[in-house]
Amino acid sequence: MKARVHITLKNGVLDPQGKAIQHALSALGFDGVEDVRQGKYIELDLTETNKETAQASVEEMCKKLLSNTVIENYAIDIE
Amino acid sequence: MKSAVIVFPASNCDRDMITALEKITGHKPHIVWHQDSDIPDVDLIALPGGFSFGDYLRCGAMAARSPVMKKVIEHADRGGNVIGVCNGFQVLTETGLLPGALMRNDNLKFVCRDVKLKVENNDTPFTNAYLPGQVITTPVAHHDGNYFADEDTLKALEDEGRVVFRYVDDNGEATRAANPNGSRNNIAGIISRRKNILGMMPHPERLIEEQQGGTDGLGFFESMINALN
Repeated sequence: MKARVHITLKNGVLDPQGKAIQHALSALGFDGVEDVRQGKYIELDLTETNKETAQASVEEMCKKLLSNTVIENYAIDIE
Repeated sequence: MKSAVIVFPASNCDRDMITALEKITGHKPHIVWHQDSDIPDVDLIALPGGFSFGDYLRCGAMAARSPVMKKVIEHADRGGNVIGVCNGFQVLTETGLLPGALMRNDNLKFVCRDVKLKVENNDTPFTNAYLPGQVITTPVAHHDGNYFADEDTLKALEDEGRVVFRYVDDNGEATRAANPNGSRNNIAGIISRRKNILGMMPHPERLIEEQQGGTDGLGFFESMINALN
């Protein structure tokens, strides 16, 4: 089973790297980009075959290592 | 005062910390590798600076989950003293031993220069050798020293006097210009509720003898000898 995890900064946490990307896009001539926030994407190949068990397991992984819940949110997709 | 310095893969400020502790306490600290399952009985455990695990995933994230950290947490829970400098501070926040998180500097640059710090609280085992409100100079060298915590946590830290060091200008004012990394409230170092765990981004171990350009870092170690001997 594949788990796809998106890790993003919580609202209210400043993202200067996102801002830098926004400025670079603007300098390249891309108008109309109001805001940019960047995050991480992690793919996990799991031996688990039960979707619920996999979901619970990856949730634990996110809480314990993959995301810093002080400043980050996570979103999990299992297929 | 007996101490131990924990070394992770790609810690690189362990030698400075070991040298400082040995010179000032007169005892060579134990050097503990991150995979060791035991730490000798010591008064102080130091987590040094560096780029442990290449800063992979997040600074200090992997180091915080190293086998040896279980023993560091037990030591801290028993009331034992722990200091985390730079990467060590990042490891302490990643373990939850200290609140908040250290993020990428808001100017996106690696900042490597001397900063002025105000000793906001000298009633701690790490600052009793300084005068209250004393302004000292220490070097910083980091890319991810931007201290963040939510409003409730910040309020608690301030109200409880747990902000130990703050970035200030030559006049002792915590201005935006004096802040090298965008840290909330110009916070440079904080302490735990029990006052036994301290984390700071600047490097006091780099300013302990005149050859290094100053000795403002001496007070940090002398405080610990006062408190822990």
